[in-house]
Amino acid sequence: MKHEIVEKNIGLMIVFIILVISGGFLAEVLPLFFLKSVNEPIEGLEPLSALELEGRDIYIREGCHVCHTQQIRPFRAETERYGHYSVAGEFVYERPFLWGSKRTGPDLARVGGRYSDAWQRQHLYNPRSVVPESNMPAFPWLFEDVVNHNGTAAKLSTLQTLGVPYTDEQIAGAADQLEGKFEIEALVAYLQQLGTVLSDKR
Amino acid sequence: MSTFWSIWISAIVLGTVFGCWWLLHATRKSQTTDVETDRTVGHSFDGIEEYDNPLPKWWFYLYIATCIFALGYLALYPGLGNYKGLLNWTSANQWEAEIADADEKYGPIYAQYGQTPVEELSKDGDALKIGQRLFANNCAVCHGSAARGQVGFPNLTDDDWLWGGTPEAILETLHNGRMGNMPAKGVMPNMTNEQVDQVVNYVLSFSGREKDAAAAEAGKAVFAQACVACHGPEGKGMQVLGAPNLTDNVWLYGSNYEWIKETVLHGRQNQMPAQSGRLSEDQIQILAAYVYSLSN
Repeated sequence: MKHEIVEKNIGLMIVFIILVISGGFLAEVLPLFFLKSVNEPIEGLEPLSALELEGRDIYIREGCHVCHTQQIRPFRAETERYGHYSVAGEFVYERPFLWGSKRTGPDLARVGGRYSDAWQRQHLYNPRSVVPESNMPAFPWLFEDVVNHNGTAAKLSTLQTLGVPYTDEQIAGAADQLEGKFEIEALVAYLQQLGTVLSDKR
Repeated sequence: MSTFWSIWISAIVLGTVFGCWWLLHATRKSQTTDVETDRTVGHSFDGIEEYDNPLPKWWFYLYIATCIFALGYLALYPGLGNYKGLLNWTSANQWEAEIADADEKYGPIYAQYGQTPVEELSKDGDALKIGQRLFANNCAVCHGSAARGQVGFPNLTDDDWLWGGTPEAILETLHNGRMGNMPAKGVMPNMTNEQVDQVVNYVLSFSGREKDAAAAEAGKAVFAQACVACHGPEGKGMQVLGAPNLTDNVWLYGSNYEWIKETVLHGRQNQMPAQSGRLSEDQIQILAAYVYSLSN
């Protein structure tokens, strides 16, 4: 083969480069879209309620995912501390997923029910009041601000379009469910359901 | 995975490996010599020219070696669609093997502790060392690393117990958790602000700290209506309900007028989460012994 042909023909070179770099995508990513084990929800998985969904958006807004992962890897050291390793079926309604990539704080994939609501509120108001050695920032404004529910119905309906099984009644009642709720209530509601569907906690 | 995708993946993966192999040979063949010369490839960019020399042999064979490594890897590990690989490796298998190893090593130790009664176990130094680590990992977040608790989360080192400090009560608390719920204004939702002030003074009078003796006297009737159901006629509490004793010097939510008023006005809710299912039975037994040892 004459290398010259590729080197002197930029169009051909572009085609070859695209072919080479798409190899990984075609073999590793594309088939996942059609795989049952990663597309089917685990038994009992329900879409987040309007309150939990707004809590999730607050979680994203405050950047919680920058320091906390939501993915327990299948190593004994992790499952002893955090509980059963994460499985793909738990995340099928997650758009986008919040697996994260860095653990400044602990993993939160199964933090739901691990601590009481009162602890979560106290800890978010001032982490050092319950964990003196903590370096987590405090989030006192969550206790003053009411959840903005102008966009909630639209969010639910967008997710419905993407295949999350929300009913039309849920979408219609979304704003009412959030009336007068403080942001802290939404965030705690979101945290307290994390990872609770998989009944095997160990 | 369907057969189609299995073949799709295998074709791309093997195609890539053999494609690299072919590319190495094809580009090598186009070279006219395998000794180094001063000949250039013939182009010049800003006066920079390039020698037309073959790839060093060791370099070339290193490339070939990566292709062979890839094929060996694909034979041993799952990489080709539905083919499971000769080692039958999966991440779940690896995790299970890791757990089985640990169970074999630590299982008998835990099992032995798990069958020892809490009181006896609380005198076993080795068990307590395990207990302390379990406590640090699972309990210290609320109760503090020294188990002294904080506002809203009880101190476990003193002799005062909300739900009982016997080994049985501690085991029950650990297994099934506890729900602490003091309703706002007790069972008297229409309590007036004046009555709130009176009952707070009355509660303070249990420890001789009332601000206003007359109000405290009036608060007795309010207490009898709103609070006795849980805290008892003398304010000594009731462990079956987790209702604290109000006559001692131990306060879960602060002891001064303002704190107590806050408690009466808005109630208090907190929960000890159940540990069954999160920790093994043996681990719970060891933890109970550790907690028991803190005050006995």
